[in-house]
Amino acid sequence: MATLNSNIPSGPLDQKWEHHKFSTKLINPANKRKYKIIVVGAGLAGASASATLAELGYEVHNFVFHDSPRRAHSVAAQGGINAAKNYQNDGDSVHRLFYDTIKGGDFRAREANVHRLAEVSVNIIDQCAAQGVPFAREYGGLLDNRSFGGAQVSRTFYARGQTGQQLLLGAYSALNKMIGAGGVKSYTHSEMLDLVVVDGHAKGIIVRNLQTGEITRHNGDAVVLATGGYGNVYNLSTYARGANVTASWRAYKRGACFGNPCYTQIHPTCIPVSGDYQSKLTLMSESLRNDGRVWVPKRKEDCGKKPADIAEGDRDYYLERMYSAFGNLAPRDIASRAAKTVCDEGRGIGETGLGVYLDFSAAIARLGEDKVRERYGNLFSMYHEITNESAYQTPMRIYPAVHYTMGGLWVDYNLMSNVPGLFVLGEANFSDHGANRLGASALMQGLSDGYFVLPATISGYLATQNPGKRPATDNGSFKQAEENVQTLTKRMLGNKGKRTPDSFHKELGKLMWEYCGMARNQAGLEKGIKAIGALREEYWKNVSVLGEATDWNQSLERADRIGDFIELGELMCRDALMREESCGGHFREEYQYTPDDPETKQGLVNPGDVKRRDDQFAYVAGWEYAGAADKAPILNKEPLVYEEVKMSTRSYK
Amino acid sequence: MKVFLKVWRQKNRNTPGTFKTYTSPELNENMSFLEMLDVVNEDLANNGEEPIAFDHDCREGICGTCSLVIDGKPHGPHRGVATCQTYMRSFKNGDEIVVEPFRAKAFPLIKDLVCDRKSFDRIQQVGGFITVRTGAAPDANSIPVPKENADLAMDAAQCIGCGACVAACKNASAMLFVAAKVSHLGLMPQGQPERYKRVKAMVTQMDEEGFGACTVTGSCEAVCPKEISLDFIARMNRDYAVALLKGDAKAATSGGAG
Repeated sequence: MATLNSNIPSGPLDQKWEHHKFSTKLINPANKRKYKIIVVGAGLAGASASATLAELGYEVHNFVFHDSPRRAHSVAAQGGINAAKNYQNDGDSVHRLFYDTIKGGDFRAREANVHRLAEVSVNIIDQCAAQGVPFAREYGGLLDNRSFGGAQVSRTFYARGQTGQQLLLGAYSALNKMIGAGGVKSYTHSEMLDLVVVDGHAKGIIVRNLQTGEITRHNGDAVVLATGGYGNVYNLSTYARGANVTASWRAYKRGACFGNPCYTQIHPTCIPVSGDYQSKLTLMSESLRNDGRVWVPKRKEDCGKKPADIAEGDRDYYLERMYSAFGNLAPRDIASRAAKTVCDEGRGIGETGLGVYLDFSAAIARLGEDKVRERYGNLFSMYHEITNESAYQTPMRIYPAVHYTMGGLWVDYNLMSNVPGLFVLGEANFSDHGANRLGASALMQGLSDGYFVLPATISGYLATQNPGKRPATDNGSFKQAEENVQTLTKRMLGNKGKRTPDSFHKELGKLMWEYCGMARNQAGLEKGIKAIGALREEYWKNVSVLGEATDWNQSLERADRIGDFIELGELMCRDALMREESCGGHFREEYQYTPDDPETKQGLVNPGDVKRRDDQFAYVAGWEYAGAADKAPILNKEPLVYEEVKMSTRSYK
Repeated sequence: MKVFLKVWRQKNRNTPGTFKTYTSPELNENMSFLEMLDVVNEDLANNGEEPIAFDHDCREGICGTCSLVIDGKPHGPHRGVATCQTYMRSFKNGDEIVVEPFRAKAFPLIKDLVCDRKSFDRIQQVGGFITVRTGAAPDANSIPVPKENADLAMDAAQCIGCGACVAACKNASAMLFVAAKVSHLGLMPQGQPERYKRVKAMVTQMDEEGFGACTVTGSCEAVCPKEISLDFIARMNRDYAVALLKGDAKAATSGGAG
């Protein structure tokens, strides 16, 4: 059994981080340069961590599978980044951002981590502004804000509909500065395929050069994974096509526990699926819900009509009706489930019946088309390119899609996994969003982890390691790990199967969406586990990978990643089956509020809302690999202890 | 619908390449261009032929990974749209479509339609940043930025680093790409201290990478998926001229005391 010690510092919640930074051991400047740190990934978390660690004087080696560190999918985040600046004077504070985030996560995140995130949020905005990130501004030259889901204040900073791009380019510029200065060595087209563990500590990685196929060993005093989320397990998602779980999964197979894998975010406003050929789904930013109103026809019979032909009185603005206090800005999990509910009732729109309207006519009437264009122009044109429809003239059609994973590798307060020396940042870790992430919080977490948290905590671990004494790459563990990668590659290329890797990915995606999607139940999950297990077995018998190992080979890249997704899918179903409660994005049909529950009668929740079971499930599930893919993984638990807030019924009414 | 593809196939940099022709399977006009290539590739793989290598990632027009010259135009037929957001409804049943990689000396070919754009990163590494140490920043609202400047800086900052500007230019010049970064940072008050040093360093590196000179034909602006304006090149030229006139700033005798 692994030990999951959260290492949360003692003391009052709002002083923990300050005290912890003081009590964490430091490394003197002369010794810092003797430590080599491997960082995998260059999204917001990886780029900001690499740059900052190098500024501190550590020797940093950064690895990305992309052709450039600027391509990570952080680049695609549209809407914004939260920070408790209270520039709007509307009642915001660190405590309010903390509370909104804890509540938004349905009381399944760690208090201390979330409070730290809220504290650090203000420094992030300062940092990014100083880097020259062109945030939206008011006429006086000061920063502008907008609102996002799950909050009643305007605390979201933004750069048109391309906030993620601008923040990533900011972090990329900081990284470039340090590459130019020689503090960071950058490896591009380099994919991590194994973690090297020496005497129980993470001390290196095995990497495949995607251009040449060469497999190389890299040692370090610590390894940092900032490799993103795993939503592509569903095949169709808003993730980039290349986003994958392989780095995290290989670390899991080396002993790192996987935290809450079933916590998946399904984003309410994406462009609906149009056909079987589809490779990805496109998000329409949550910021649109500031001005757009979500509705479906009240009557099934009206679903085939043009939206303009449906009278105002025949429309059901269901979010405004069900969650009057937050309305169209209800949190993502709630808005997504509500869309599913109305579609299940037969009131969905569009060819497939799996869609709802997001309507801007009221905003255009109120603000004028020009103002709406200024705020959302790029999103409207993106919508037009994909659907060939103008959202200025007719409502957008939207439907929920997989967007983010709150689960990830388990880490303690220092962002270190249960394997000493292995740190995990950003979406790749499980830590700050509980069972549901609020909008504009992912950018905040990625940059918080990379700029401010890891650089302060990593010295605590390094101080326990002798400077300049990391194991050399001829150590037996490096040899074994490299052989492991070579064997796997040979096995895939030598397989005389009949099916392409992508055909397995599609099949896996359908199983996951069916059994481990927006609504889950015991029978379905049991079926899912069986079916995915069978798919795993077939994969290794029947996958066909063309091309060579010593060449640019995209089939081989995909085959590696899809094999890992299949195993992960099984673990997600197991986690969802084990968690016999509903919370945030994890909706178990067996556990929902009924009209007879006291909370429903008091008007706190609607029938059908998620029902937690704090007495039995107030813990983080940390799954431990049991040594083989067909062996049931071991469940470890980290209890969630709330000192400051009370775990209460999450009400947005 | 069905289309006929004439695709550049090249095993690697050291092997000569050639065009090969393929007939697509039945397509749907709502497919993206890259989804069409996915379908063609699945078909090839099922018949034992190695799929066509092409670069792509986000498939929503923002990461800058996708490339392709489609019927002679980088990123295909539409203005302000990247290849990944080009849809098959832009083509007709029975069309022959020619698909090539971006071609430039500074973008050496890797395989088929994939080229190496690391030269762009190297240009950024010599000066595409504002030197600010993490933790040293003042309060974000302590430096007001006129909205007009912030908006114009954002217009430049939208560059996705795809390299279409280079592929479209008869001289394979990277001026639009470099100008976008130089202008973005040069328009912000935070970017002033390094403004002239930056432009000199980036232009020098650009020349060293083997990009050609700019003759202001504007083909870069015409194909840019973010419609970045040629005006930024004029802005960069101005900064560059000022930088040359200013010469290298000499620091006063520094340090050592204490």
